[in-house]
Amino acid sequence: MIEGSAWRRWVFFRLPMGIFLIFLLFPFYWMIITTFRPDGELYIPWYRATYKPFWTWNPTTAHLKYLFGETTFAIWMWNTTFIAVVSTAISLFCGVLAGYALSRLNFKGAALLGTTIFVTYLVPQTLLFIPLSEIIRTYSLGDTPWSLILSYPTFLIPFCTWLMMGYFKSVPKELEECARIDGAARWQAMLYIVIPVAVPGILSAMIFAFTLSWNEFIYALVFLSSPEQKTVPVGVISELVRGDVFFWGPLMAGALFGSIPVAIAYSFFVEHYVSGVTGSVKG
Amino acid sequence: MSSVQIRDVRKSFGTFEVLHGVSIPIEDGEFVVLVGPSGCGKSTLLRMLAGLENITSGTISIGDRVVNNVQPKERDIAMVFQNYALYPHMTVADNMGFSLKLRGARQEEISSRVNRAAEILALTPLLERYPRQLSGGQRQRVAMGRAIVRDPQVFLFDEPLSNLDAKLRVAMRTEIKELHQRLKTTTVYVTHDQIEAMTMADKIVVMHDGIVEQMGTPLELYDKPDNQFVAGFIGSPAMNFLKGKLKVNGAATFEGPNGIKLPLKTVPGNSDGRPVVYGVRPEHFTIADDGAEAEIVVVEPTGSETQVFAKLGGEQVVAVFRERHQFSPGDKVRLRPDPTLVHLFDETTGKRMNA
Repeated sequence: MIEGSAWRRWVFFRLPMGIFLIFLLFPFYWMIITTFRPDGELYIPWYRATYKPFWTWNPTTAHLKYLFGETTFAIWMWNTTFIAVVSTAISLFCGVLAGYALSRLNFKGAALLGTTIFVTYLVPQTLLFIPLSEIIRTYSLGDTPWSLILSYPTFLIPFCTWLMMGYFKSVPKELEECARIDGAARWQAMLYIVIPVAVPGILSAMIFAFTLSWNEFIYALVFLSSPEQKTVPVGVISELVRGDVFFWGPLMAGALFGSIPVAIAYSFFVEHYVSGVTGSVKG
Repeated sequence: MSSVQIRDVRKSFGTFEVLHGVSIPIEDGEFVVLVGPSGCGKSTLLRMLAGLENITSGTISIGDRVVNNVQPKERDIAMVFQNYALYPHMTVADNMGFSLKLRGARQEEISSRVNRAAEILALTPLLERYPRQLSGGQRQRVAMGRAIVRDPQVFLFDEPLSNLDAKLRVAMRTEIKELHQRLKTTTVYVTHDQIEAMTMADKIVVMHDGIVEQMGTPLELYDKPDNQFVAGFIGSPAMNFLKGKLKVNGAATFEGPNGIKLPLKTVPGNSDGRPVVYGVRPEHFTIADDGAEAEIVVVEPTGSETQVFAKLGGEQVVAVFRERHQFSPGDKVRLRPDPTLVHLFDETTGKRMNA
């Protein structure tokens, strides 16, 4: 907190904080207001006297009805959830084990391997989708959820591995040594001591991985084609933007409902998540 | 309980050898303290005994079994770490019962043994707390509780008191010693604090640069240090050292810096003119008319005794008196070392010369 008199708190803390909050939250506000604004208000030029961009007195649920009635939005939600949960689970499992091995087992070449894994994370997806689509076609996985469940870990595993490597390094080595003297085999020390202590780190990796796969666009756009296989980000764009016509109301309604699960996931784990990012293990 | 034999143990990290052949016999039920300055290899040796570092050469046996290639969990030892290493996600009771649970003990047995250990260490009211809810001293006791619950062959302590404040350290020192007298489990205790070593040990092992300088009871080490290193390491304030030569014509004397003459009782034969280091403990100085003249620099009263820093032949020495002399800086006094209690060391090798 800023110390000192009231004006100092206003100038150096509350005012900048307020401006920052407005800046960050404005897109969400715009999304919500557009969702409930009737078409008649959405498509009028800005110089009309009746143009009121920031509020509406005639809220409508027409866009929601369109989104859930005329498109397969519910199926997109289900697809996205399924793909995000399964690919997060796979990546977390591999990332935790790999992170533990790279930070603790001190085998020859561990540092090199760690760096290599990180480098693979740096290859842009916009290049990687070309060879990946070849592989997807070879195994006939195109237009199925598995095309994404198996390709998301290509960037999620390196990400989780690096996050967990850092977190495992912050867990005191003595805890594990003590467990091994107490009679635990290496895997028992990992399972009963190191992993429970690393739960905040695992949760942060989980939230990041889930958000990354929930929002992923390029692979989903390339690998999926039929409307009932699509995920929310791709479905909303491809079904609600036709040519150069933007169906702003349903589009924003789709964006709103697409961001709710991520927001819930964040707020549910936020306490653990914060302590994970700041790395707090006290002896 | 078990004896422990460390025979000619060496340890290298890469090409760098940190232990150069260490042999220490430890008897059943003995309390052995490994003491030395940081980097002397004492913690490495303890970790090798625990099985956390492998042994480059030599053997370590616990009881009759050579444990060089035995996993830590099979060695039947318990270790208390400097930072306690309590499992943060477990209650005190679970921390103490963890090893028994791993061994597959029944729940009733675990709780009865945990309760007994908790009683010994006055931890009973804290059993359901988590480590983060405990003070430093309580955490220390939980770490000890976790060790005694198992009733192991050997206890290992790795500088367990260094994270405590001075008052608590003294209290825990007594507590650990009392615990050992009660349980009589073979104990190896590592510290850099010579006071801890002196007060707790049955046997002290002084280590320096990867070798054992001397082993013995606390008073043996204090009264008859084998070499200048041990003499300077054990005792507080440290022993005074003066460089000079032996004179054996007539009464044996030591000729120190700037020609000062200090008394000696006996000297080894054929040593006239030999360069030596003359060692006197601070409490072995007395004020006497036939002493060497010294000029007082600083006087530090502690109540029970007074430490006096003085210049003797240009060298600073410290003397401790239980009597309350009225000294002030600049005063000239005559200091006389007790000739029966002085130590002589070879100037080049640092080895003890007198009996």
